[in-house]
Amino acid sequence: MKNNSLENLTRGILRENPTFVMMLGMCPTLGVTTSALNGLGMGLATLLVLMISNMLISGVKNYIPDVVRIPCYIVIIASCVTVIEMLMAAYLPELYAALGIFIPLIVVNCIILGRAEAFAAHNNIWQSLLDAIGMGLGFTLSLTILGLVRELLGSYAAFGYPLAGEEATPLLLFIMPPGAFLALAGLMLIFNKLRGQKS
Amino acid sequence: MSYITIFIAAIFVNNIVLSQFLGICPFLGVSKKISTAFGMGCAVMFVMTLATIVTHLIYHQVLVPFNLVYMQTIVFILVIAGLVQMVEIILKKTSPILYQALGIFLPLITTNCAVLGVAILSIQKEYGLLSAVCYSLANAIGFTLAIVLFAGMRERLERAGVPEALRGAPIALICAGLLSMAFIGFSGVGM
Repeated sequence: MKNNSLENLTRGILRENPTFVMMLGMCPTLGVTTSALNGLGMGLATLLVLMISNMLISGVKNYIPDVVRIPCYIVIIASCVTVIEMLMAAYLPELYAALGIFIPLIVVNCIILGRAEAFAAHNNIWQSLLDAIGMGLGFTLSLTILGLVRELLGSYAAFGYPLAGEEATPLLLFIMPPGAFLALAGLMLIFNKLRGQKS
Repeated sequence: MSYITIFIAAIFVNNIVLSQFLGICPFLGVSKKISTAFGMGCAVMFVMTLATIVTHLIYHQVLVPFNLVYMQTIVFILVIAGLVQMVEIILKKTSPILYQALGIFLPLITTNCAVLGVAILSIQKEYGLLSAVCYSLANAIGFTLAIVLFAGMRERLERAGVPEALRGAPIALICAGLLSMAFIGFSGVGM
């Protein structure tokens, strides 16, 4: 049982990484990662929503009739997102402004509904929490890495600290929309290569 | 703002997929063949326009008068989910041909963030009803355009010798990046 818990916790971080392996939740992945901090913020917001929604859904799963479970899950998730959205608007207004439309859109992030349906609906609250933490951390990690790569190339900075002088001309393309696709393609290439060597 | 400006801006300059990153999941998932991509585009066009009209009315007639604006996300996603289900049932009864063409795509649209995104954006931009309809229709056309172009590229890729590590997702993303770069060319228009 203990091994099982560990397995549930670590599964999302590497082996079933939501971004690089399962390719879920691509909209925020590409949309907000113009800097490492934005990526980190988005990842943590998603992690929080995922933890709350996975626990709630796992807790009420026996009371929901099977045929209407998806609408019920969506209402639960949407409520969590609304709470997080209001908290962010109150305490982190800068991040709230930077992430913009992608905060309410956490509702339709396929990772959250996907984990609810695939995991929380069949497991107890504790295991669902572990699964949510693992998946959320995997998502946060990928978003932060992608944001860091784009920030390094696109504005010669890391986590908001400039690394080059004023006169440097960074590769602006990487903080523009095409850069998101290209940077993710590059990271996936490296990820695939590493995974291929291991197996 | 004139309706033509809204149209041009939403289709080319701020293309919903390639520069706003909404609806990436179907864009990457349902773009292996031009015909299915076009079907998906049509289904999105149908649902997105309808959803924007309904959410716009609900927002201004129900949520604002009753001070329930903070319920926006929950109400909108429920409306969209219900709407998709209803469209599916009505199409099945009244137009079996259209249902066969769009049927498989309809359930997927509930979790298409482009639909919810456009509904929220047109509220944020404070459009009137007619402008909101224009905006959603234009965005849906932009989505269709992007996904059909992308499917065309992927059909060609099938026959290309792609290095093994690039196969699948990475090469698709590179193509999407190139397409997005081409659309940046439009960003000077309308300034």
